[in-house]
This record gives sequence, C-alpha cells and structure tokens, in this order.
Amino acid sequence: MDINDPHITIRPEDIDKQYTTLNLGPTHPATHGIFQNILTMDGEIIIDAEQTIGYIHRAFEKIAEHKPYYQVKPLTDRMNYCSSPINNIGWDMTVEKLLGIKSNKRIDYMRIIVMELARITDHLVCNSVIGVDSGALTGFTYVFQEREAIYEIYEEMCGARLTTNLGRIGGFERDFTPAAIEKIKALIKRLPGKLREFEKLLMRNRIFMDRTIGVGGISAERALNYGFTGPNLRAAGVDYDVRMMNPYCSYEDFNFTIPIGTQGDTYDRFCVRQEELWQSLKLVEDALNNLPEGDYHMDVPDIYLPPKEDVYDKMEALIYHFKIVMGEINVPIGEVYHAVEGGNGELGFYLVSDGGRTPYRLHFRRPSFIYYQAFPEMIKGAVLSDAILTMSSMNVIAGELDA
Amino acid sequence: MIIIRLKEKFGQRIIDVDLSNDMPVITIPADSIFNVVSFLKNDSNLQFEFLTDICGIHYPDKDLPLGVVYHLHNLRENKRIRLKIFVSNEKPEVPTLTHIFSSANWMERETYDFYGIRFIGHPNLIRILNVEYLDFFPMRKEYPVEDPTREDKDNRFFGR
Amino acid sequence: MPYTIAETPDGYSSPGFFATQYDKVIGLARKNSIWPLPFATSCCGIEFMATMGSHYDLGRFGSERLSFSPRQADLLMVMGTIAKKMGPIVHQIYEQMAEPRWVIAVGACAASGGIFDSYSVLQGVDRVIPVDVYVPGCPPRPEQIIDGFMKIQELVGNEPLRRRYSTEYRELLAKYGIK
Repeated sequence: MDINDPHITIRPEDIDKQYTTLNLGPTHPATHGIFQNILTMDGEIIIDAEQTIGYIHRAFEKIAEHKPYYQVKPLTDRMNYCSSPINNIGWDMTVEKLLGIKSNKRIDYMRIIVMELARITDHLVCNSVIGVDSGALTGFTYVFQEREAIYEIYEEMCGARLTTNLGRIGGFERDFTPAAIEKIKALIKRLPGKLREFEKLLMRNRIFMDRTIGVGGISAERALNYGFTGPNLRAAGVDYDVRMMNPYCSYEDFNFTIPIGTQGDTYDRFCVRQEELWQSLKLVEDALNNLPEGDYHMDVPDIYLPPKEDVYDKMEALIYHFKIVMGEINVPIGEVYHAVEGGNGELGFYLVSDGGRTPYRLHFRRPSFIYYQAFPEMIKGAVLSDAILTMSSMNVIAGELDA
Repeated sequence: MIIIRLKEKFGQRIIDVDLSNDMPVITIPADSIFNVVSFLKNDSNLQFEFLTDICGIHYPDKDLPLGVVYHLHNLRENKRIRLKIFVSNEKPEVPTLTHIFSSANWMERETYDFYGIRFIGHPNLIRILNVEYLDFFPMRKEYPVEDPTREDKDNRFFGR
Repeated sequence: MPYTIAETPDGYSSPGFFATQYDKVIGLARKNSIWPLPFATSCCGIEFMATMGSHYDLGRFGSERLSFSPRQADLLMVMGTIAKKMGPIVHQIYEQMAEPRWVIAVGACAASGGIFDSYSVLQGVDRVIPVDVYVPGCPPRPEQIIDGFMKIQELVGNEPLRRRYSTEYRELLAKYGIK
C-alpha cells in the first residue's frame, strides 16, 4: 500500500481534526459492482464521500461507432446485465424509429412479455441483495431459484441465460415456442406464492424496518434536480414512468398502476420495487392472455435477416443476409432519441446517423450513472452501515455506471 | 409554442431551428447556453425542469467541430427539446450548468473526459471514466478504438 | 455401500494405520476445502451468484465459505472485464494472498479481453497476474464454471509441496513483478 497512491487521498486538514478517512474501495463485498467511495468520517458518522468510478469502463460508445447496426446489440446487453432484454429491445426500437418502420400488435405484446420478465429479474436481485446487506441471506437463496425459472424461459426464446441478445430489428427471430408459453404460464402460477413468502420475511420485519426507515432519504425536488428516474424517483414521490408518459410498444393498451413512496428512503425504495414486481407479473399475464394473431416479424427484408433455410438455398436470401450483417443497408441521415423504462429508470438511446454503415454517434443515457451522483448527499450524517444499505437499495449496476 | 417564446427572448442569438426530427432541435451559440437553459427552466409557461442528458459530438470537417447536445424535458406537459452548441478546437469552453441542475456535474465530466470540452465554473472538472494519466481525448474521431500500444496482434488474423 | 465424498489416495493400509505420500494427503485435504475470493466485476459475477445458489451449488465442492479478504483466501476467481484502471488493484489483491494460491479467469473478458477490444480494457487478466485455469464463455454457464473449478481441484490435488519454492515459480512471479 503506497501512501502516494493517487486513488487514496488523505487531506492534511483531516489529520488535525481527527477525522478518519475510510476507503470503501473497489473490491468490497458490499459494493455490488466496482466503484470506490472514500469516506471522511467523524467516529462512525459520515461527513463526506468522494467517489471514483470508471473501474470497468469498456468504451461502449466508441466501439459502437465501428460496428454495424446489427452488431451493436451484444454491446447493449452488457450495460444493465441484470435485465438485458430491456436494453436489447430498447436498441431495436431506436433503430426502428430512425428507419421509420412500425411494428404490429403481436410483436408489441411479445416485447412487453419479455421486458416485464426482465424487470422482474432485476427487481428480484435488487430486493434480495438489500436483504443480504442487512444480514438476511435466506431471501437471496430463495429468490435465485425464481431467477433460474426465468432463465429457462429466456433459453427457450433465444438460447442464452443472462446476456440474451434477444429479438431483432424488425421483430423476433422466432415465435414463442409452445414450451416457452408453458413455462411462462407455470411461472405466473408459481411466482405469487414465492413472492409472498419473500415479503413475509422482510417487509413487516421489525429489524428490517428499523434498519431501513428514515435511512438514505431524498426529497422529490432534490431527486428531480439530480436527474433521478425509475424506482428511486418514484420512492421520492414523483410518478414519472416512461411507459405511461411516452408510451411505446403498445403499453397504452394495458392497465397498470405506478406505485409511489413518500419519503424517498430505503424502505420506500424496497416497497416500490416489490409492488412493481406484482404489477409486472400482472402485465405478463394480461399480455399472454390477449396475445393477438399475426407475424412475429415485420415485413422489412432490408433490415430483418431472412430465414436460415432460405439463406442456405436461395441466392437473394444469402445476399441480403450478408449485406445486413455487414451493414450495407440504407439508413436515412438523421438523429433520434428514444427512451425505455429500464430496471433503474429512463434508459435513453441517442443515435446520430450519417447514412453510413455504422452509427456516427451513439450515446446511452444510463440512469445509474446519473443518480449515483446524489449518493454523498444521501448519506451525509448517517452511520456506515446505513451507507451500505443506501448504496444497495439504489441498485447501482457497475456495467451501466461506466459503460 | 416554445420556439415562439424563445425567439421573443433570444431572437437574434438563435442560429438554427430544426423541426424535422422527433423533437425540436435548436442550435445556439456556446456562451448563451446558461441563460437559455435558466430561461427554459424558470419561465412559467415553459418549465423544462428536468435535464435528461448531456453528451458531446465531434464533426471534424466543420468550422466548429466539437459540439455538446442537451436534452431537456418538461414533465408536466410531456414536451422534450434538444439544444446544440458548437465550439472550436482552439477554445473549447462552455459555461457549466451545475448551478441550475445538479445532474449536470458528472455528465459534463464525462463530456470533458471524452472530447476535451472545458466547462467554465465546474466544481471538479477531472477525468471520470478513463485513467487519470490518459493524455488524449478518446472519443474524438482521429483516435482508434483499439489500444495503439499493443504489439501482440498479428495483422494476418485481423484482416488488415 | 459406503458413501464416499472423496477417494482415498494409493497407499499401504492395515488395521490401525494408513501410509501414503505426504503430498497426496495434503492435496486431498486442500482440494476439498478451497476458500474462493469472488472478484466479480461484471456480468460473469451474476452467473457466479447463480452458481453459488441452490440450483447449481458450488458449496458441495467444499467452497461454501466465500472469503472477501485476500488474506484468508486460496483461490482468486476473476470474473468479468478488467479495465486498465482496475489492473493495479487486481495485482495488489494477488500480492496480499498467502501461498499456496491459485487463479481462475472466468469469462472471455478475463481470459483475453472478450468482445471489448478497446483502449481501456486489459486484454486478459494474465497481463498482470499468473493464471492457472481459463474458463471461456460470455458468460459461461454455471456448469462450465463448475468444470473450471474441478480442474482447479485437480491442480490442487496433484501439486507437489515444493513447487512454490522452485526456481521456475520464482521466475514466473518475477515476470509479473510480484515479490
């Protein structure tokens, strides 16, 4: 450990004032993901925090400038890797908006089922990890069993468990197989019982409530000023949900409520996420029961890959396949911004195209990056264990933070 | 409409208005960004109280190659607007918005890290995502994606 | 039929004693009680959490107790992309581990940089620390991670006791600048 290490700063004034500097460093069991907080503490109370991020900066935006539109998708899954289908479908919708093509109802409903399943997995991880950080490891092991059930559904749809690369620009690569529909129905039957078990463990638990009520609170005005979106903002009392405000993908056909909290503290964030889980489950059930007939892809041969049997037999299909994957497609010059409601809030894609093979500029508006700035303000005056719980309840995912 | 109110107040300073995209896009000179954004936020008819995003962009062929793009959102009436400013390579300076919106803090640091645009008045303008000793601004178009100091890549396998 | 958790090594046995080589007994004890340090950086970390869960259960191999402190760990599991900013920290963590120590690089990013061939990503964690087993995949399925773990167990079980004092090992560490 070198005292001249630039990552550690000990200010001269701290030595006289008897403040301690604690390095809640990049590798720490409680930080989920790698980011560093250097806390200035007076005994056990936190006075100030200095943050360093960028430990997993992978230069997505620069790489995306060199990849054709079809090949940018695997990059998008690795941002918020707990709910990758939402990122994938967000990218598909952005490119469809740029090209000006409209999807049909069946594709929209299928997309809603996939996105809400992804939201369920994200909130399950976040809530169980709040339990782990306050000492309750049981919830975590039970909840991961449900995640395995959802992973099996993803495997039926696209073959992968976590980083799914699901769907295509123009729809889906295959229709939902009967096995996938069976598994979704089994999940809808099974999940409510398990969720109630998980809630009974934590939600009205005296110890959990004492540890989380009043901890890490933020008011609605400060939250808006800091650019919060998603469950963190809704816990502070503002009902901004991109699905209701700028409905995309036929969300306007569905009836769901947006839970909001009052104080913006950790308990409110936990409860808002828990209630959103129930709402997502209801959305999946409604979409599955009302799934309309139709094609699982749009009729856009310029951008949607032809079926594999044709690629092996017919010449035009082979040429189209090659052109689409290598990026020789006609894309209009223009710019577009599209936002979807990710697990953490408004996930935005700002795409500038100059008519070439690859995006000219692609910028991701990542919610974790924007709301993590408020962390020092939220923990001022709290004790160290409260800071750990606040950090895990904010659901900061390192892949999305650094991109 | 928004454009009418903006033109009333800042008429001669607006460089370009483009309504052909998904939201109104207004290009303004770099030093007036602070006044325009505070007007958009505080005016009782406009109320653009949410800063969605700040990002940079680089057009190496233009006179003012480095640009910054701001997205603002009016949550009450659900209106969005995009503002663009452009600066030159020799003097890439833009006033900061951290005193109006606290979320601009890290977003401006990220733009500085990637493009080298200096924000005047920013409390802590240092690199945020890259390593501190990086001496170039990576997202500018003249730099490649791969690490230029690697020796172990065989060009035969990489198609170069 | 008696239930065996681990197989006995070859040796001479008779009522009251069992004689075998020192290496084999110590290898047997070590390989069934590895304490891993999960250095989870990104997506592979979530697959590791699934491996530790009840469906795939890494705990039945003896590694139920995860150690987040390098001083108490045997196996450093590097999971996820290592950026250049993180490189010195991985190096520091490796230096803090006590001998004997092993390293497993899980995932394409830890093994070779993965899909991120960019200026800010270290192209493989073996540029800063010596690695014993590489597990490919993006992310690898839990079964693959368990397979990699079983290969580490083979390495641990068959390692001669003098390996860590040998000149080749010292040269290997010197190549990475580890004292």
